[in-house]
Amino acid sequence: MASGSTASAAHHDHNYLNHEKGLWSWLTTLDHKRIGILYFITVALFFLVGGIFALLIRTELFSSGQTIMTADDYTRSMTYHGAIMVFFVIIPGIPAFLGNFFLPMQIGAKDVAFPRLNLLSWYCLIGGAAVALTSLAFGGADTGWTFYTPYSISMKPAVIWMVMGAFIAGFSSILTGLNFVVTTHKLRAPGMTMNRIPLFVWALYSTAIIQVLATPVLAITLLLLAAENIFGIGFFDPALGGDPVLFQHFFWFYSHPAVYIMILPAFGVISELITAFSRKTIFGYTAIAYSSLAIAAVSFFVWGHHMFVSGQSEWAGVVFSFLTMLVGVPTAIKLFNWMATLYKGSINLSAPMLYALGFMFLFTIGGVTGIFLATIATDVHFHDTYFVVAHFHYVMVGGTLMAIMGGIFYWFPKMFGKLVNDTVARWSFFFIFMGFNVTFFPQFVLGSMGMPRRYFDYLPEYEYLNQLSTIGAYMIGIGFVIGGWAVIQGLLNGKPSGPNPWGAKTLEWTTASPPPHENFIQQPIVTAGPYEYR
Amino acid sequence: MNRGSERSVMPQMKQQLSKQVKRAMALGAALVAMLADKSVLASTLMPPAVTKTAGEVDDIYIFLLVSSLISFIILIGGMIYFVVKYQRRSATDKTAYITHDHRLEFAWSFIPLVIFMFVFAWGWKVYHDMRAFPENALEVHVMAKKWDWRFLYKNGKEVTSALDAKNERVPATMVVPVNRPVKLIMASEKISANSTDPSDRPVLHSFYIPAMRIKQDVVPGRYTALWFEAEKEGDYWVFCTEYCGAGHSAMKAKLKVVSNEEFEKWLSAEGGGEMSLADVGRGLFGSQACIGCHSLDGSRLVGPSFKGLFGAKAHKVEGSSVDVNEEYIRESILNPNAKVAAGYPPGVMPAYAGQLSDEQILALIEFIKTVK
Repeated sequence: MASGSTASAAHHDHNYLNHEKGLWSWLTTLDHKRIGILYFITVALFFLVGGIFALLIRTELFSSGQTIMTADDYTRSMTYHGAIMVFFVIIPGIPAFLGNFFLPMQIGAKDVAFPRLNLLSWYCLIGGAAVALTSLAFGGADTGWTFYTPYSISMKPAVIWMVMGAFIAGFSSILTGLNFVVTTHKLRAPGMTMNRIPLFVWALYSTAIIQVLATPVLAITLLLLAAENIFGIGFFDPALGGDPVLFQHFFWFYSHPAVYIMILPAFGVISELITAFSRKTIFGYTAIAYSSLAIAAVSFFVWGHHMFVSGQSEWAGVVFSFLTMLVGVPTAIKLFNWMATLYKGSINLSAPMLYALGFMFLFTIGGVTGIFLATIATDVHFHDTYFVVAHFHYVMVGGTLMAIMGGIFYWFPKMFGKLVNDTVARWSFFFIFMGFNVTFFPQFVLGSMGMPRRYFDYLPEYEYLNQLSTIGAYMIGIGFVIGGWAVIQGLLNGKPSGPNPWGAKTLEWTTASPPPHENFIQQPIVTAGPYEYR
Repeated sequence: MNRGSERSVMPQMKQQLSKQVKRAMALGAALVAMLADKSVLASTLMPPAVTKTAGEVDDIYIFLLVSSLISFIILIGGMIYFVVKYQRRSATDKTAYITHDHRLEFAWSFIPLVIFMFVFAWGWKVYHDMRAFPENALEVHVMAKKWDWRFLYKNGKEVTSALDAKNERVPATMVVPVNRPVKLIMASEKISANSTDPSDRPVLHSFYIPAMRIKQDVVPGRYTALWFEAEKEGDYWVFCTEYCGAGHSAMKAKLKVVSNEEFEKWLSAEGGGEMSLADVGRGLFGSQACIGCHSLDGSRLVGPSFKGLFGAKAHKVEGSSVDVNEEYIRESILNPNAKVAAGYPPGVMPAYAGQLSDEQILALIEFIKTVK
């Protein structure tokens, strides 16, 4: 894609795509925009791999009993689907790809604060992925993406490779977070006060704080797990005096905040889309900005809600249930604010906006079902059933992936100076949205009926809903193929977009498309807020 | 935007709209009524509830379902309504400049908070009942391994899975009496008790009875517990819900709830009552030389007496106090110096880790329970 787009963009003026030429210029680039594009390609490839594993899983579950693979292969497919999608798609998805490209532009900066660290972060992700996928050569890891002990400490080299891969990829996340915190504080354009920065930047900033503070905890946990596997040290093995539940505490101390690493940037994208496509200032800028910070802060104290039935004390469960309810409030605030922004707007239902509205629809379902799981008595029933699977897919796919798709179609003209065919992009939305509900809504019912997750086989009475779910998964697959086609078609034959096809107000739309090497020809001076649609 | 032309069609639109709103409200009310009817819910969404606790969980579930539906209709109904009403008409539409509204923002922060706090408290109350173990419960020991369950009754009866004529695994069936609390004391064990293969180690499992809405992880190296009181006779599924490897989904058991008479008859038949767990424990008490240091009559020997020990609250140990339960006895056998009884010197009793099987430890615990 690199050379193709460079060649086709050559007739434009000087821009970041034709500033330097050749593969080597891309692999050594320090330009945040080019690094963003590198992340785009990387994340898209991993999404394809993770998606293929998802379709394999759903195909196996089409009927009860063995369908296309053995139980051993199923547990591996499930592990790779989860690990790839979490560590290599959803976590880097918005911050490292869209964030890298647009955070500096939205605050009127030439680049991020530490361009070399930025490039290093991409190599950490690639290196981590290479190490993680090496595990396939050792028979593949079968622990699930959560690596729960003691199952994961059985001297299997595949598990060690997988864990070390996630460890290395974690540095990518830490470096990106660090870069964003410093960039937001130090490189804002004159007049760009903290209460004038776009909500996408606020969301990335809150995310970056979590990335910097929480990821090291995962790194240490994974290191302890690898050390236990290699040297038999006994942190988590009760036979050696360790505690298997301790691993869960460590793991979720990172992985629950990580859920917000995955969803907060999506909130940011949605705030941008809703305002741009309603041509209306955001309702409750301060509430949305500070609710992101509130979520980031409280997210560190709710990890125990993954462990209500793990054997932790009743009191621990009660405290975690209470704190989890508190996270629900800022999340509800955002949804109401977006709805209020639509009021008396001028709403354009182009593909990016459809994705944003689809996000609101799906995320609302994901959000309210979160309350079922935060309520301790009902969670005892739903824990580790398909209800949980449905809930987090509504949040992570219905939320984050919808936002990524919306963001890609929104910023595509800025990134490449070309328009995507809106009709094709809308069709991708239609298939993904419909398919998503067909796939995951039945899983709420399956979970209520009591079907546990991570099951290779199930009772015959669960078959009908599983078949529905599998059909939905194929619809989602078709939707992403259409979406991919829309992007490729736009790259090859898209009509020139001009600098601001949507009439949006944030700074990135004030410069040429594609942007010049250092983003702005002249240093922008900011005199107003980000959404001044008057 | 030119709102003038809109004004002329407003009354007609309003009329249509109010008709639609009424229709939607009637539909919503019907839906809510349907959801609130527990029998409908039970037969469609959840397996029939067979304990009082399960019924209480379902009440919360229904409340959450109805309030979620209402919130969803408000949010997404509002969204769709605005999207239809305020569709872009021209590229130069003017829009209202509304930045915030403190009253509205307070309302949509505070009302969700109140609802969340309410369900939190309700969920806590029901959960508290789940974790309050009745004193007089029938105790059954549950042993979990990759990938099977077995059940040990106090009278020595053991239930395991079996292979049928077609070499397929028939899950173990745990039999319990109706209308009597049952307490499960659960432990995780190796596939083979005397294997030295490092990859054969006990792993996490989770014991889940969907019909009772209860679930508890089975954790290697300690006991965890669950209780229930079935109100209906019948057969119910038990699933493993903590991922434990390729055989995870095959790790099932059956729960059979029968009348009390039938249960007693079943319990004493086939292998029941010959050698109870406590009897085995009494034998170990002698053969493992516990008898040299621990009396059964309350007199002080080298170590504390077992008389009345089990169930003691706030039993004084060096530096703190513990409730004497299965977990404490187990720890004191395997690692005696972890919590030494106050007034006794540490380092006297040898550690029995690796000397006793899981079942022998259970037998000793059951024996100590009988020393009243």
